[in-house]
Amino acid sequence: MSSRVERWSGYAILSVMAIAIVVPFLSIFMASMQPSGSAVTGLSWPDQWSLDNYREAWTVAGFAGLLKNSLFVGLGVVPAALVLATLAGYALGTMTLPRSNAIFLFFIAGLTIPVEVIVIPLYFDLRSVGLGNSLWGVILAEIALFMPFSVFWMRTHFISTPRELIDAALVDGASSFVVLRRVLLPLARPSLTTLAVLVFMWSWNQFLLVLILIQDPDSRTAPAGLGFFVGQHATDIPVLSAGTVIVILPILITYLLFQRSFISGFLQGALKG
Amino acid sequence: MSALVSGAQQTRSTKTSPPSQPSGHRARRRALRGYLYILPALAFYVVFAILPALHTVYLSLFDWDGITLATWNGLANYREVITDPALRGAVAHALVLVMFFSWIPIVLGLVMAGLLARYRQRGMTLFRVLFFVPQIVPPVAVGITWRWVYGPEGVVNQALRLVGLDGITRTWLGDLNFALVAVGIVGTWALSGLCMVLFLSGVQKIDGSLYEAVRLDGAGPVREFLAVTLPALRGEIAVAMTVTTVAALASFDIVYVTTNGGPADRTTVPGLLVYRLAFTQGEVGLAAALATALAAMILVIVFAISRIARSDQ
Repeated sequence: MSSRVERWSGYAILSVMAIAIVVPFLSIFMASMQPSGSAVTGLSWPDQWSLDNYREAWTVAGFAGLLKNSLFVGLGVVPAALVLATLAGYALGTMTLPRSNAIFLFFIAGLTIPVEVIVIPLYFDLRSVGLGNSLWGVILAEIALFMPFSVFWMRTHFISTPRELIDAALVDGASSFVVLRRVLLPLARPSLTTLAVLVFMWSWNQFLLVLILIQDPDSRTAPAGLGFFVGQHATDIPVLSAGTVIVILPILITYLLFQRSFISGFLQGALKG
Repeated sequence: MSALVSGAQQTRSTKTSPPSQPSGHRARRRALRGYLYILPALAFYVVFAILPALHTVYLSLFDWDGITLATWNGLANYREVITDPALRGAVAHALVLVMFFSWIPIVLGLVMAGLLARYRQRGMTLFRVLFFVPQIVPPVAVGITWRWVYGPEGVVNQALRLVGLDGITRTWLGDLNFALVAVGIVGTWALSGLCMVLFLSGVQKIDGSLYEAVRLDGAGPVREFLAVTLPALRGEIAVAMTVTTVAALASFDIVYVTTNGGPADRTTVPGLLVYRLAFTQGEVGLAAALATALAAMILVIVFAISRIARSDQ
C-alpha cells in the first residue's frame, strides 16, 4: 500500500467516525430549534429557528432550578475532594509511614465500586440522620465515591515532586504543613486543575445516586431531572431536546475550555493506574 | 476505574522501612502526624462508601421490604439471583452489552491505531477532542439523544427511507429482537472514541525503528500490526477492557432512559433491577444480593484482566 493511499484512507475513516459522533448531537440540536409541539423528522433544517423550547424548558420545566442544584452539588464536591485528596496524597506520596502501602491499596480497591452496591444503604441511612431528599447527602456520597481516584491522582502527583525540595524546606525548620502550603501547592496547580475538572464532570453526570437519594423531582440535579422529564414529555420532542441540550452545554463548555486537562487526565489516570 | 490493572506495580515507590531514627519517640510522632493528613479522606471514604457497601452485603442476607422488620434469610436471596429467570436474564443482557460496550470499541480502536500508526496525520488534535465528547456528556443525555435517533421519525429511519429501505424501518428501541442490540450500539458509539484516543496515544510512544526493522524483513501492514503495534498496546488494551467492561456490567443511565428494560424485559440490566426491586417492589434484600453479585462479578473480571495483562509482560 502506498503511503498516499494509506494517509487518505486514514483520513477517510477518521471522518466517517467524526460524522457518526456528530450526527446524533446535530439531530437533537436541530430538533430543539423547531417550533414546540411540531412533528419533527430526524435531521431536518428548521423552517423557522426558534428559542421558544429553551424558554419553556428553562422556566416551565424548571431546568433553571435543576442547573442551580447541579452547580450547588459540584461546588460542594469539588473543593472538598481536592482538599481531602491533597492532604492524603501528600502524606501517602512523600512521607515514610508504616502501612501506607496498605492504606493506599485500600483506597485503590474502591475504584471499581459501582454505585449500585452502595446506594441502597445510603438511601436508608441518610434518611435516618435527616439527610434524606437532600443535596447535602448527595454531596457527601459523591465525595466518598470519587475519593479513590482523587487520592490516587494526588499521590501520583506528589511522588513525582523532587525530594530535595521537601528536604531543603524541612532543614530550614518548616513544618510539614508549611512545606505543603508554601512549597508544594504552588507546583500542584496543573494536577489540581485536572482533578477539579474530572471530579466536576463526574459529579455533573451522576444519575443513579441522585435518582435514588432525592425523590422530589424539582430538588434533583440536571441529569436526574432530565431523566424524570423524559418520562413526562416523551412526545414533545422539541422541548425534550432543548432540555437535553441545556444539560449537555455546561459540561461541554467546561470540556472545551479544559480539553487538554480532560484528555491528558483521563489517559494518565487510566494508564498510570 | 482502571488503576487496579496495575495497582500493585504502583506501590513500588514505597520507601523501604523507616531509617533508624535517633529517637523512636519522634519518629512515632511524625508518623502520627502523617496519619492525620490521611484521616479526613479515609473517614469520608469509609463512612460513605465502604460501610454502605458492607451494609449492602449484610442486607442481602435478609428478607426486607424496607419498612417492616427484616427477617433472616440466609443465602436464599443469592439462590434467587441464580435461579430466577428475570434476574438471570438481566445478567445475560449485561454480558451481551459487554460485546457492544467493550469488544467492538476495542477492535474499532485497534483498527484505527493500525491504520494511523505509521504516519503522523495532521489535524489529529481536532479529531481527538471530538472523539472524546461522548465520554464527557451525561449518559442520560446520550440516552435521550439516541432515543430520538432511534425513534419512528428519527435519523436511522430517515436514512433507511432515503435509500429505499422503508420496509425495515421500525421503532428500534421497542422492537423485541432489536432493542438490546440498539442499546448496545449506543454503548459502542459512546466508548469507541475513548478506546481510539487511548490506543492512538499508545501508538505514539512506539519506537519508530521497530517499524523499520519489520519492514526491512518485508512485512506488510498486517504483519507489522501484529508484530509491533498490537504487542506494544497491551497495557492500553487492558485499561480499555477494564473501563468498558465495567461500564457495560454496571450500566444503568442509558438503559433507564432509552428502554427502561423493555420491551417485555428484553433489555433489563442488573442496575435497573436493583433500582426496581429496592425502591418500587419492596424487595430490598433481593436487590442487595443482586448488587453484591454484580460488584463481585466486576471485581473478579477486573482482577482477571489485570492478571492476564501482567502475566503477558
